[in-house]
Amino acid sequence: MTTPSVEHIKALLEEVTDPEIPVLTIMDMGVVREVRLSGMDVAIDLTPTYSGCPAMQTIEAEIRACLTKNGYGNIEVKEVLHPAWTTDWLTEKGRQKLEEYGIAPPEGKSEDKSLLTSEPKQVKCPRCKSRDTEMISQFGSTACKSLYKCHACLETFDYFKCI
Amino acid sequence: MTQQEALFTYLQRLGDTSLILGHRISEWCGHGPKLEQDIALINISLDLIGQARNYLSYAGEVEGKGRDEDKLAYFRVEREFKNLLIAEQPNGDWGQTIMRSFFFDVFHYYFLHELVKSKDEQLAAIAAKSLKEVTYHLKHNADWVIRLGDGTAESHDRMETAIEELWMYTGEMFDMDEVDHILIEAGISPDLSALKSKWEAKVQEVFQEATLTYPGEAWMQSGGKLKGIHSEELGFILAEMQYLPRCYPDAKW
Repeated sequence: MTTPSVEHIKALLEEVTDPEIPVLTIMDMGVVREVRLSGMDVAIDLTPTYSGCPAMQTIEAEIRACLTKNGYGNIEVKEVLHPAWTTDWLTEKGRQKLEEYGIAPPEGKSEDKSLLTSEPKQVKCPRCKSRDTEMISQFGSTACKSLYKCHACLETFDYFKCI
Repeated sequence: MTQQEALFTYLQRLGDTSLILGHRISEWCGHGPKLEQDIALINISLDLIGQARNYLSYAGEVEGKGRDEDKLAYFRVEREFKNLLIAEQPNGDWGQTIMRSFFFDVFHYYFLHELVKSKDEQLAAIAAKSLKEVTYHLKHNADWVIRLGDGTAESHDRMETAIEELWMYTGEMFDMDEVDHILIEAGISPDLSALKSKWEAKVQEVFQEATLTYPGEAWMQSGGKLKGIHSEELGFILAEMQYLPRCYPDAKW
């Protein structure tokens, strides 16, 4: 096997995908906050996207399976809440993959506080790229997404909302 | 009362309110009037239950007697639950469910804005995480209050009825006792009396747009959060929620 290193572990974790959005890896999402290596033992800090994210246990199990398969020893996965996850941590590659998959990536920065007062954004349709779109529901197929429809191509699509 | 005891009680109050309201809302799963509404409510419910897990896990650590979130959620009896009474009120119709959430969301939003400044790091972290989610809850439910209040005569009447049913449970959100005073003193929890005017202003603003009547001063029911004295509703919720872990305490799924 390759020499054990934090970089090697991070490269391996690029194979672990989000069970609900399988095109995204956990590295794309920025949920792996820290990787520490001591001998062959690994400690990972993992942060949930949402408090009630039901994918956390599966992700943890997959991290263990992935690293064990590659020869690492004791694997400790700790859930950390601070700093709170934000869509700003989604990598550029992750955003591209989302759009290709048919989910509009988050637009703008999470510190945009206009959410409570302004009209919903006219998000770019991931299929035909039109901005003639409308929000149907604040919540989509998972807590992290809103549901939109596109007036140009008439498709509905998910938007990965900013938090 | 020590600060540790106060914090343990306080965390149960927060956790229980999120847990019971989350459980109540989850009863809509598969019963929403439209698929999108069903999904929205269940996502909100999931956020609340996630928040409850964070509070109750931490409560177990603070207590230091080996109880985890599940032990606290499933093996305490009714009188030990410290949720707000509004959280346990029945779902009623769609309008009543929305109104119940809206009253709580406005409070929750301003409350978490203060709680993020807590000197207790774990509590501040839970609050910061929750606030992002609750901002969307408030937006969703305020939009629905406006849509139904300023909708048809039928939807307007139902929203007025929902206000009548629920108004007397809104005062309890601002109740405080020795637990609060100890934690306010230590910089751990916010002074709730300072939130009341913000809550009133926001509710008034939304009601005005929704053409709904703002009731104003009225007699308020207390007792859930501070004393664990509940309406008859909570027992039924616990009977359903706790049935499986109590019958099969070691069950895994």
